[in-house]
Amino acid sequence: MLELKHIYKTYNPGTVNEHVLFKNFNLQIDNGEFVTVVGSNGSGKTSLLNVICGSIPIDAGQVIIGGKDISDEKEFVRHRRIGRVFQDPSKGTCPSMNIIENLSIADNKGRKYGLSRGLNKARIDYYRDILADLDLGLENQMDSPVGSLSGGQRQAVALLMATLQPIEFLILDEHTAALDPKTAEIIMKLTDDIVREKKVTTIMVTHNLRYAVDYGERLIMMHQGNSILDKKGEDKEQMSIDDLLSIFNEISIECGN
Amino acid sequence: MDLLLSVLEQGMIYAIMGLGVYITYKILDFPDLTVDGSFPLGAAIGAAMISRGMNPLASVFAALAAGAAVGMCTGIIHVKFKVRDLLAGIIMMTALYTVHIRIAGRANLPIYGRSTIFDNDLVNGIFQGGFSRYKTVVIVLIVMLISKYVLDWYMSTKSGFMLRAVGDNETIVTSMGVDKGTVKILGLAISNALVTMSGCIFAQQQRYYDASMGPGTVVIGLASVIIGTSLFKKVTVWRVTTSVIFGSIIYKACVAIAIKLGLPSTDLKMITAVLFLIILILSMERRRKRTDGTDLYYDDGSGDDPAGMKDTAVGKGDGADA
Repeated sequence: MLELKHIYKTYNPGTVNEHVLFKNFNLQIDNGEFVTVVGSNGSGKTSLLNVICGSIPIDAGQVIIGGKDISDEKEFVRHRRIGRVFQDPSKGTCPSMNIIENLSIADNKGRKYGLSRGLNKARIDYYRDILADLDLGLENQMDSPVGSLSGGQRQAVALLMATLQPIEFLILDEHTAALDPKTAEIIMKLTDDIVREKKVTTIMVTHNLRYAVDYGERLIMMHQGNSILDKKGEDKEQMSIDDLLSIFNEISIECGN
Repeated sequence: MDLLLSVLEQGMIYAIMGLGVYITYKILDFPDLTVDGSFPLGAAIGAAMISRGMNPLASVFAALAAGAAVGMCTGIIHVKFKVRDLLAGIIMMTALYTVHIRIAGRANLPIYGRSTIFDNDLVNGIFQGGFSRYKTVVIVLIVMLISKYVLDWYMSTKSGFMLRAVGDNETIVTSMGVDKGTVKILGLAISNALVTMSGCIFAQQQRYYDASMGPGTVVIGLASVIIGTSLFKKVTVWRVTTSVIFGSIIYKACVAIAIKLGLPSTDLKMITAVLFLIILILSMERRRKRTDGTDLYYDDGSGDDPAGMKDTAVGKGDGADA
């Protein structure tokens, strides 16, 4: 179980740009849950992910995984059990290295990066299989640098890399937002398959309300650093895009937009 | 013939330094000015140890270790204290000026008549008579090839993959549960170890240490890397390290020709700078590495594509931690 307890976070404290985002924010996510998170810009969605991953420091509060407080764990240590895919496809891969090299790096996650051979030749057939499953033609470009692939292809490789080794949490930060609609659909489908197959606890931030409604078993809407909507199971099943939109509109009116 | 030999000797000695610069400039995307201090540091260590009658080969290993330590210092200043890359190098370069003069005891230390890695009983026994003029070039070739192949091997290991990854995309290193700061420090240590070793060998070939050896070293290193990688960017049969070596030799040849044409040797730094500028203009390599993947370890492509470029040198100085 992942718990966020009494999280406080203020950006630019003591300046004119001071912005209090989280004020006693609390959240619990059960093992194996697939949570979708929506909310307007600046509502704290990405900050929420950054707090979990340790990418930004928090002012107060605790991040607890499986009963253990990991608030003081460094970002890279936390990532040993977290896989993260970013909005920017270039963030999840090494552009100058080819697909096999990228997958070999990801395949060694959790182990020592020592002086043994970097390429994992024994697994090349397996890599070819999982790439072929994507149906993006990547299995024929395994020697191409990832930087020469399209955004969708890169994101697919990034997703594979993030989930190649067993992880406890999959963090998806608007990972389909930079892709064209068709590619986004493919990546979203792939994401769902991976999450189901690996039964990994997943938190997906998205601006696509349809994805938020269609995928996952829990939906959270963030607003000004609070979760103003949290629907699980059947309640979530019954949510429609229109319901979400109407709540969005209410918030906007409150804010004077 | 003598000119050719001297170009090959110096070109290959500087190529070892060029390999070090290649690690920082091309792989880590870190413009490391420490080089201007670590190269003469190696020369000072070589001259100081040899003038005290110590084993010349031992001085090469001492230089290697000292260089690794120096690179670590630059890395720690950058990573732990979050000083931007250019400034971290400048601080170390400046501090090292004092260090290498202290080690040598004075600003100029000749080691004529002492035994060096090029001139000792064993070497002189092997290269006799007419062959003796080739002994330096052969020994330099051996040391340079060892450096190249060890570096190539390292780059193909898991640790080497992380080094390539950190210059390519720091985020991925963190994602793999590895401390990117440590990887950078390691890269700087390897780079400066090569540079310092090169300085030590250079002092033994020239038979003196001089404090003025330092300034301009990084320019020579960068020129070698850029000549090599842009001239041979279409060549895929050999690795980029080989291109860097040829780049260094070509660069030394250009300088030798300029001097041969009658320019006084005091104009050397000006020749170095102007040549470097010409190379930069011709190769279009005026900005930092791009993220679009055209900048490769095995197959270095360098077209000009401003759209895919990272920020310019001034922009991306944080490096350590965002």
